[in-house]
Amino acid sequence: MSYFSSHFTTLGHEFWGLLVGGIANGIIYAMVAIGYTMVYGVLRLINFAHSEIFMSGAFASFFLMKVLVGNSTPNAFESVVYLIVGILAGGIVGAVMAVGLERVAYRPLRRRHAPKLAYLISAIGASYFIYNFVGKEFGRINLSIDSPFINNTVFTIFGAAVQTYYIVIFVVGLIMLVSLERLVATSKLGRGIRAVAQDAETASLMGVNIDRTIAVTFMLGGFLGGVAGFLYSIPIGVVYTMGFTPALKAFSAAVLGGIGNLRGAVLGGLLLGIVESFSVAFVNGAYIDVVAFAVLVLVLMFRPTGILGERLGRSA
Amino acid sequence: MKDLWQNPRVKRIGAIMLIAVLVTVMTGPEGNGAEPTAGFTGSFAAQASFFGIFTVQRWIVFSLLTLIVVGAIALAKFVHRSWNDRAHRGGSDASAMSTRTPLRRRLDMKSSRYVFYVIVLVLAIFLPHVITDNSWQTQIVQQILVYILLAIGLNVVTGFAGLLDLGFVAFYAIGAYTTAWVTGALPTPPPFHMQFNTFFAIPFAIALAMLCGVLIGLPTLRLRGDYLAIVTLGFGEIIYLFANNLFGITGGATGTREIPFLSIHLGSLKYLWGLNPVPYYYLTLGFVVLFLIIFSSLEHSRVGRAWVAIREDEIAAESLGINPLKYKVMAFAIGAASAGFAGVITASQTLFVTPPTFTLQFSINILVLVIFGGMGSIIGVVLGGLFIQIFVVYLEHSPPSGYNSQDLYMYLGALLVVMMIFRPAGLFPSRRRRREIDQIEAGTAPDAVLTDVGPHNRVQEEMS
Repeated sequence: MSYFSSHFTTLGHEFWGLLVGGIANGIIYAMVAIGYTMVYGVLRLINFAHSEIFMSGAFASFFLMKVLVGNSTPNAFESVVYLIVGILAGGIVGAVMAVGLERVAYRPLRRRHAPKLAYLISAIGASYFIYNFVGKEFGRINLSIDSPFINNTVFTIFGAAVQTYYIVIFVVGLIMLVSLERLVATSKLGRGIRAVAQDAETASLMGVNIDRTIAVTFMLGGFLGGVAGFLYSIPIGVVYTMGFTPALKAFSAAVLGGIGNLRGAVLGGLLLGIVESFSVAFVNGAYIDVVAFAVLVLVLMFRPTGILGERLGRSA
Repeated sequence: MKDLWQNPRVKRIGAIMLIAVLVTVMTGPEGNGAEPTAGFTGSFAAQASFFGIFTVQRWIVFSLLTLIVVGAIALAKFVHRSWNDRAHRGGSDASAMSTRTPLRRRLDMKSSRYVFYVIVLVLAIFLPHVITDNSWQTQIVQQILVYILLAIGLNVVTGFAGLLDLGFVAFYAIGAYTTAWVTGALPTPPPFHMQFNTFFAIPFAIALAMLCGVLIGLPTLRLRGDYLAIVTLGFGEIIYLFANNLFGITGGATGTREIPFLSIHLGSLKYLWGLNPVPYYYLTLGFVVLFLIIFSSLEHSRVGRAWVAIREDEIAAESLGINPLKYKVMAFAIGAASAGFAGVITASQTLFVTPPTFTLQFSINILVLVIFGGMGSIIGVVLGGLFIQIFVVYLEHSPPSGYNSQDLYMYLGALLVVMMIFRPAGLFPSRRRRREIDQIEAGTAPDAVLTDVGPHNRVQEEMS
């Protein structure tokens, strides 16, 4: 009894701090989860290599930041410019990787109507190849990023400090998630994606170019994944294996919210981030990664359709 | 200009050139974080000697090879086409075709196949007398036989039952840690005194691995195929986390204490497996043969047919009275048995185990062996395991310049993608599996189709 009460006391003291950190992590998970959910929506397949898209976005912006920031201490204006450049670099490299991945590892199988197992194996192989290739070319040690901004405490909320880093994540994450949601819900492109997700055959009869739509889906997911990689790497740096754990968590988030469902992915990401953050009070730090995974297994066992339900093709 | 890029032949040449560039960089020198371009520029600038005949930049050689490959493919197509034309016109070629069939049938005959197996077995028995170097013999046990054991175990799960298990290393870890446990090499006290009869760690480890197969299988095997893959992946990682962090139980990151060699002390029967790898070789070989016999007879039994039925169409199998969960759990447990045994061999021969052995990389390494040889084909998996592991041992022994042992995983990953694109059934596929894949690709199979058209409604029906 005292075990739990003491832990709840810790939780009480740290509540707001953990909440802010959890939401920030949750937004990053949500951005990665969007990539899983969109690809699952159109292809019915888990893009195992999404973790490497996340990682390559982080690497791209890392090297750019290294050149741009150097040893300087950026002022506010420079910080904003650096951030925008980093986001674009991460996003564009992520998108290029995702489209390339689709071309190389998925499209040949799609042409041949390969069995589902073949996609999974191909994706695992691609993921494995990419991260070991990056490890070979850029070293297998953790590289720390030159922060593009000074991480001040901007304001405190109920005693919990909210730093610049969190503000950056909130602003960037919200802008990207909302604009993606609007893009899929209202634009012609988004209508194409939704049509393919509902029924690819009919969509192609209606004049939707399926190959192009699938490529665009990978591109959008890859862009968000790459940006998430950049945001994730700012405080902790980059290493070639960095994609694995966050991506597994993001996948859990996508399933938690209901795979194929854009809003579900965001909700799942936020929930998972917060749950994980609060579990710090109860679980030994070494087992934090197990929490997200336990959530995944429990959701799959008791509500495999997720909180908001699978809405393949009916998203937004 | 646009037409040129749309031309399939130009596209193909472009793709092959890209592959040549990629191979050049893959086999090139390493880069690092301080000089991120070093790996790329070095790959094109560095010269290499080719068999001492000439020294030139590697990319030139790879480009030439590419052109040769393109030319050879074009030539092969041309020859094939003209051959077909002649065959259609009838004549002498038709009779040549007909004589080929009976020969094949004769080779397929069971007796000749058994002769082949016996020859291979005899060769395997005499191998330690040919390769007499102890370190090589140890390599053969640890790098080849253990991997083959794991591959045939995973083949039961992935090949026979069609379940993608990415956490297979968990059972290997359980086998190894059980050995450490019962021989008293863990901080946890062993369940009983097994000082002189460490040989009996084997049945114990196999039983515990099978039990864990059931325990992990029961909750996870209800899931759809792709979810199963990611959940087993997570389980594999959790086993690693536990092995690495439970200091009081597993010894944590420092690993176990020294594990004694296997030994038997029963009355007049006394034997100690020692530093000499040959007895370990024979023990492992014996169990490989045993597992091969068990697994291949299972394949053709009622259970094996149930696995095929589930793999091909789970709903239809269920409607015929097969309980999918029961047979899937069975596949998990049976596959785990050989992995548990492999764990015993590794633990007792290498004297102690540490958690880094049991990472995801290992699971994927085993998966590559299964895929390369041919899912569901036991002989294929054994041959595939032999090919790849002999190559790996060779690379470790005499690495080419610029090769790091971590690069292996890069090549294995690429191999998985290449296999899935060009030969999804593996190099030596089982006939049944190849027919299945052909059927699915032709669109005549009942289920498990994931294409850009069609199955979406089916998936939704399944979910509702």
